[in-house]
Amino acid sequence: MTGIVGYGAYLPRYRIKIEEIASQWGKDPTTIKNGLLVHEKTVPGMDEDTITISVQAAKYAVQRARIDPQEIGAVYIGSESHPYVVKPSGTVLIDALGIGPDVHVADYEFACKAGTEAVFVAYSHVKSGVMRYAMGIGADTSQGAPGDALEFTASAGGSAFIIGSEKVVLEIEATYSYTSDTADFWRREGRVYPEHGGRFTGEPAYFRHVLGAGREIMERAGLEAKDFDYAVFHMPNGKFPMKAGRTLGFEKEQIEPGWVVPWMGNTYSGSSPTGLVAILDVARPGERILLVSFGSGAGSDAFVFKVTEEIEAVRDLAPSFKSLLEENKIYLNYGEYAKFRGKILMNT
Amino acid sequence: MITPRYTREIPQRYHLEAGKCTECNFIAFPPRLICPECGSREFEQISLSPSGKIVTYTVVCVAAEEFSTETPLPIAIIETDEGARLTAQVVDCDPEEVEIGKRVRLIFRCIQKEGLAGIRQYGYKAVLEG
Ligand SMILES: [Zn+2]
Repeated sequence: MTGIVGYGAYLPRYRIKIEEIASQWGKDPTTIKNGLLVHEKTVPGMDEDTITISVQAAKYAVQRARIDPQEIGAVYIGSESHPYVVKPSGTVLIDALGIGPDVHVADYEFACKAGTEAVFVAYSHVKSGVMRYAMGIGADTSQGAPGDALEFTASAGGSAFIIGSEKVVLEIEATYSYTSDTADFWRREGRVYPEHGGRFTGEPAYFRHVLGAGREIMERAGLEAKDFDYAVFHMPNGKFPMKAGRTLGFEKEQIEPGWVVPWMGNTYSGSSPTGLVAILDVARPGERILLVSFGSGAGSDAFVFKVTEEIEAVRDLAPSFKSLLEENKIYLNYGEYAKFRGKILMNT
Repeated sequence: MITPRYTREIPQRYHLEAGKCTECNFIAFPPRLICPECGSREFEQISLSPSGKIVTYTVVCVAAEEFSTETPLPIAIIETDEGARLTAQVVDCDPEEVEIGKRVRLIFRCIQKEGLAGIRQYGYKAVLEG
């Protein structure tokens, strides 16, 4: 059996409320909140980035896996906000965790699905017997342009997963990817903020790929929505994952435990992976989980997971998602937020 | 050019690598060649535990230019559970909350940026426990 043997999430402590952003731009907060189904989002501290978020999530994953980090043979970080354009994020992480130098490291990019992509490849290494353990991480500190719709949801956080074949917590029963060339969201080299296709990001992009991947993996695995206890979909806002889930035949109750976007925002590469970690706060042995990510450009990775008895042994070895989301929050006003995110033009 | 020095210090900055004197148990952070307590040259390599307490602190209100957006900035001398002492920024809190004796946890953060084009340096900072 091959699957996830350790997992961990990390969220920064800082938050900004949707009202605060809406009032800055003279927009009606109620309309925005009802449209997006998001109340507040995480904001990275001035000293936090994709690397530091990945390091903390990965440390929690190692704590839960109870393994020697030296045995991890590959580390992949998926993000659209790697701090460097040239110089990997993963090299910092391996030295911080005491992994390597006997390790394969790569940074992945594919808009919001870079994290599941990393897990996908890590899984293949272990399943093929090439290495004992491999780690896949999805983390982001994404930005929306000031005043753009994305500014209400683009947030910071991430999750790390260690794949192995002993003491498996989440067996991976099936994987599937659905990909096509679709220009719904992009950021050109050297540009600070991304561009998007507005309403084009919906049906032809998000829904086509998420539904395509969701239907096909269930078909291939011989499973239906009722065979799952939980389902988590990429969460660019609150509405899209609910609509995608309902279209695939899932009930609200199956979606809600991993539907973390209303109080976290969209953590991009860390979105559906962190929804999975939230589900693991409450999942019981024998339960089955469907995960479908989405990355603009566009593609979806899908996984069928089955929770094992090991979950009870590892769950409390690192902070729960609930504690990361709800404890010790520090709220920022828009001015502080703009300073934190480097949106203020400085003279140096 | 700060890169060679930064690279040399990675074991201490990234995972708190220290030396423990095998004769008298003195903890040297950063590691030393000769024990200042007993003169021994034999050290065991250890990683300090990422938890400790604040021995003393100050709050920087007028900082060097690269930290000018982070003021007021608490900086503390922290004693780890092994008894080693190090200096670190205390973050994610109101400076008013920082007190001598309070428990802290050392976390991994970006500690310095070499302008917009240079390297980003990572290392330990402290957050208050609980
Ligand atoms: Zn000594």
